[in-house]
This record gives sequence, structure tokens and C-alpha cells, in this order.
Amino acid sequence: MTAPTMDRRAAVKKLLDARDGALVVTGLGSPSYDVHAAGDRDDNYYLWGAMGGAALVGLGLAQARPDKRVMVITGDGEQLMAFGALATISIAGPKNLDVIVLDNQHYGETGMQQSHTGRGIGFERIAAACGFAEAAELRTLEEVDELALRLKAPAAGPRLFVLKIKAENLPRSLPPRDAVHVKNRFRAHLGLATC
Amino acid sequence: MSIAEVISAHEPKVRDLAAEWPRALYETLRSAGVSHMSYVPDAGHSTLIRLFSEDADVVTNVLTTEEEGVAIAAGSWLGGKRSVVLMQSSGVGNCINMLSLPVQARFPLLMLVTMRGEWAEFNPWQVPMGQATEAAPKAIGITVLRAETGADLVDAVGQAATMAYEADQQVAVLIGQRLLGKKKW
Repeated sequence: MTAPTMDRRAAVKKLLDARDGALVVTGLGSPSYDVHAAGDRDDNYYLWGAMGGAALVGLGLAQARPDKRVMVITGDGEQLMAFGALATISIAGPKNLDVIVLDNQHYGETGMQQSHTGRGIGFERIAAACGFAEAAELRTLEEVDELALRLKAPAAGPRLFVLKIKAENLPRSLPPRDAVHVKNRFRAHLGLATC
Repeated sequence: MSIAEVISAHEPKVRDLAAEWPRALYETLRSAGVSHMSYVPDAGHSTLIRLFSEDADVVTNVLTTEEEGVAIAAGSWLGGKRSVVLMQSSGVGNCINMLSLPVQARFPLLMLVTMRGEWAEFNPWQVPMGQATEAAPKAIGITVLRAETGADLVDAVGQAATMAYEADQQVAVLIGQRLLGKKKW
């Protein structure tokens, strides 16, 4: 029997419905579409490239705004490109940064080739070994409901959660590709000047 | 305040920038509002790393690879902090695809790069990336400046900070190996 997986859009929507003011950074590809599908907002920063950068953009943001919770929503392929980032984030130790890895164990954008996570690498174990305050793998939407509540509680350090999702290409929900526009509206949301 | 301190406070400060450029750079960057720094260590950056790390008002990150600092600096700007990234020339090559983020989104980026492989270099493995350090970031749209003396370096970094944080530019300042001196090992 194969282990259960969940619907990615439903899982992301649950987390975003409970975001409670959290700033959101998304990794390129389907995670950006999932977050956009739940509703385009000024406090989302979508990446369309810079593979491996999402969690690190989240780190810089979390350090600049310790008063805000930051949630990074990315994919297994994107995070695999920045394996060392988990070490850097753990050492930095932000208490307001949560990394959500949407893990379908495949590179969905490029033809569904199997990724490392489908061959035995578990980000929840990597994060735990790096010293994240919390790390876990989730397989059902009921567990995501519990996670949404858990994320509202104060953290002792960075947290990482792997959501095992179905490997499927859903209709794309495309965020703006104008990176300057998205940056400026994000900063304006925080009351910061735009150049 | 003692008499000696009063006299010292009124004496013009003459600083030998050839030797004291790291402290001058630190002061220049702090005056430019930089309160966030990421680095992969290099001997040439050691004093600057120490000064930033000892400053309780600066957030510092040690990186596993240099491109992490490019992404972190973008996030820092999103949240309103000015960040600087310190690395050695060999690390510039690691950054190349991540640089599409600040270039495409016009995030301010200031990278200070200590050069290897170009002057009294004992390790031939440093030479290929040393040769490519200026060309690689230019190829993706970064403005690259070079300094060979302490005084030029402090000037270059001061104006590069203006270009980066006031004009949303991406700037790398290369610190010549001749200025850094021969590596002792």
C-alpha cells in the first residue's frame, strides 16, 4: 500500500487561511501557483526563478522583521537546490521563520522526473539533523489543520514541515511576473519606500 | 573627560587607509545604514567580519555558499534592512544564477569581493575564477568596480552603497589582491 498524499491547493489554502498576518515567500513553479490560487496579496513575494532562493529570501525577511512571522512555501526540487540553506537557517536561528516544503517527490515543471525525495531523502530529517526547532512530515489535510494551529504558537527556532502532496500538474494560477512590481507592493504593504 | 581625551577628540583623525581600510569600510557601511551582513569567510575580510560580528546592531549570517547571501540580501531589503555580502573571488562564480533575483527584481545588492588568483598568487587553482571574477557578474548585469588602494576602496564602497541602496542597483566591488597582500600560510 502506498502512503497517502494530499491535494496541494487544499493544503496551501488551509495554511494561508490561517496565516494571521504572516509574510509569505514562494518558491518557483507550482508552489507560486498554489499560493496565487489561494488569492493574490500584497504580502506575498513570488519567485519565478533563482532556484534555491526561497527559504533564504525568507531568512533575510525574517531577520529584517522579527515582529512578523514569515512563511516560505516551496517545493522539494527548489529546496534540494539549496541543501546548505537549511544549515545556514538553523545557525541563524530565527524564531519567526517556517519553511513549508510541498513534496511531490518529482520535478513537476519539467516532465515529472523523480527527485531525491522520492528516493529516500527526507527534508524533515535533514532539518532535524541541522537543529531546526521543529520538523515533521505530514500526509493528510487533517494534519495540516493541526499544523495551521501549531504555527500560531511561538517557536523556539526555525521550523520545517514537509507536506507530502499528489504528483500532478494542476491548472496554472499565474502570479505577476513583474518582479519589481511585486517587490514594491510588498514593501509598500510594510510601509517601506519604493524606489 | 581627561585632558588627553579632550586633546585627542579635537585632533584631526589621520588614518592610514592602506592598513586601516577594514575599519574605514565598516564605518562607511554603517553610516550608509547597513545593519545586515552575510559572508563566506576570507582572510582579506577577517577584520570586517569581526567588526560587524561584534556590533550588536548588525545581524550577521555565515553562509555555506555565497549565493545564499544574494537571496538573503533580497529578503532583508523586502523587510527594510540594508544588507552587504562579503566573499572571496572564487565565490562569485557560485552566485551567478541567484544574481537573476536582484537583477530582475531590482533589489539593491552590494557585494565586497576579495581577489585571489591575480597577484603573487601561490595557488594556481585560484587563477581561473580570479580571471572570471570581473566578467561573470558583468555578464549578468552587475556593475563591477575595482579598487587597488585603501583610499580608493573606501571611496568606491561609499559610492557603491549610494548606487545600491538609493538607486536599486546591483554592485560588486572587487578588492585587488595587491592591496590585500600575499597570503601567509
